[in-house]
Amino acid sequence: MKTWEEVPFAGYILEPGNAESYRTGDWRSRQKPVINQEKCTFCLLCWIYCPDGAITRRESKVEIDYYHCKGCGICAYECPSGAIRMKSEAEEA
Amino acid sequence: MMARKVLALNGDEAAAYAVKQCKPDVIAAYPITPQTIIVERLSDFVADGELDAEFISAESEHSALSACIGASAMGARTYTATASQGLALMYEMLFVASSFRLPIVMSVANRALNSPLNIWNDMSDTMGARDCGWIQIYNENAQEVYDFTIQSFRIAEDHRVLLPVMVCHDGFVVSHSTEGVETLSDSEVDSFLPPRTPVYPLDVENPVTIGCVGVPEYYPEIKYQQEVATKKSIQTIKEIINEFNESFGRNYDIIEKYQMDGAEVALLTIGSASGTAKDAVDEMRAEGKPVGLLKLRLFRPLPVEDLRKALSGLKAVGVIDRHISFGSMGGALNMEVRAALYEMRERPHVMGFPAGLGGRDIRVEHFIKITEELLRIAERDVLEEDYRVVGCRGPGCIGP
Ligand code: SF4
Ligand code: SF4
Repeated sequence: MKTWEEVPFAGYILEPGNAESYRTGDWRSRQKPVINQEKCTFCLLCWIYCPDGAITRRESKVEIDYYHCKGCGICAYECPSGAIRMKSEAEEA
Repeated sequence: MMARKVLALNGDEAAAYAVKQCKPDVIAAYPITPQTIIVERLSDFVADGELDAEFISAESEHSALSACIGASAMGARTYTATASQGLALMYEMLFVASSFRLPIVMSVANRALNSPLNIWNDMSDTMGARDCGWIQIYNENAQEVYDFTIQSFRIAEDHRVLLPVMVCHDGFVVSHSTEGVETLSDSEVDSFLPPRTPVYPLDVENPVTIGCVGVPEYYPEIKYQQEVATKKSIQTIKEIINEFNESFGRNYDIIEKYQMDGAEVALLTIGSASGTAKDAVDEMRAEGKPVGLLKLRLFRPLPVEDLRKALSGLKAVGVIDRHISFGSMGGALNMEVRAALYEMRERPHVMGFPAGLGGRDIRVEHFIKITEELLRIAERDVLEEDYRVVGCRGPGCIGP
C-alpha cells in the first residue's frame, strides 16, 4: 500500500471513472437479489433504480453484478413482475 | 495605474483595499461585526466596476465558506472574511478547505464568542479554530493588515504550501481604528502576486475527484501528508516575507523582537496588544529594568524552533493570550510556548496572562504589573502559578 509520500495530493482521485474498482459488494451482509429470468419482462426498472449501478443490461436480459450489489433490496421492491427475490446469503451457500 | 500613496484606512478598509489589489475572482461572505466594513467596501468595489470579481452574498458563513471551497477548487482566487460566531458557524468547512489544500484567504476581525453576547475583541474565535489546518497570521495594526493580506495570497497559493490562510486583526482596536497606511501601487502588487496557477482544478477535460471517502487504510497517510506540508510551510512563509520586505522596504518577521538586547524577562504578545506592551517596555527600560518584548505573528504553523531560539537565555516570559482555553493553563499560546520549551535544558519560567477578554482594554499599567511579576519570578527562580487573568475584578486576577 502507498506511503504518505506516494498517495495522491490531498487524497484526490486523479484517475476518472474508477468507481468500478471499489467493490461495494463487500458490504452485502445478509441478502442478495436473485432474478427469475422466466418472470422478467425486461422492463429495465431495476436497472434504473439500482443506486449502485449493480444491474447489468445485456442483449435481452438483466444480470446482477454481485461485486457491486450491496443488497439494499430496492430492485426487488421496484420490480413490477415479482421477478427479483431477496435470498439470504446463507440459504445460497 | 496608481502610485504608492498613504491612505487613511481602518483595519477593515486596509484589508478590503488590499484584497481589491489582489484581484480575487470570487468573494463569498456574510457580514458580521466587526468585519462588516470589509464586506461593504468589497461589494462597493465590485458594484462600482473597480474590481472584476464574482461577489456572492451568502445566506450564512457556512454557505460562504462552502462557496469559497467550490470556487477555489475550480482554480479561482478566492476570498472571504468573518468573525466570532461566523467563524464558529464555518467550523466544519474549515477542515474541508484545509484538507482539500485550497488556497482560500480569509480575514478575521477577532471578536469574542457568546455568551454573554459580546461584539468586542478577543481571540476566542480564531484560537478555537487553531486545529483546523489553516495558517494563522496575527496583525498589530492596519498597515500590517494591508501588507499581510497581500502576502497571504502569495503564501496560500505557493505550490509548496497550498493551504488556506486566516489573516487576523483585533476587532475594533484595529478593525475600526483609522491610521495612515502606506499602500503599494497596483503594479507593485501585480508583480509580487502573479495570477494563481491551480494544481488540480476541477476541469471536465481532466476530471479529478476531490473529497472522496478516506478509509482507515488511507486516512493517516493523507493526513500526515497535510501535516508535513503545514510544518514545511514555515520556511516558505519566511521566504515570502523576506521578498516582501526587500521589494517594498518593510521589516517583518514571524517573530519580531523589541528591546530584547540585554533583556532578562520578556513579554510575548500577539496582535494589537503588542503596541501597548511596547510602551510599557519603554517605560520599564527608562527605569533600567531588563525587559523586552517578542511579538508572534505566525501562530499556525507554530514556529517552534524560532520560539526556542528567541526565548533561550531569558529568565522569565509572560505570555499574553487574548482568550481562555477553559480548564487548562490559561490560553493556547501559553500552553504551546511552555510545551515548546519543555525539553530545553536552560529554559525560562513561562507564565500565562490571558488578558483583554471581550474587549476589556489592556493598558500600559497592566503590562507593568505583569512585568513586575516576571521580574519577581526571575529573581526567586520559582513559578507559583501557571497563569493569572489580567483585566478582571476580584481575587486571583490582575484587575480591573
Ligand atoms: S439489491 Fe440494491 S444494490 Fe443490489 S442490485 Fe438490487 S438495487 Fe442494486
Ligand atoms: S424490474 Fe423486474 S421485470 Fe423489470 S427488468 Fe428488472 S427484473 Fe426484469
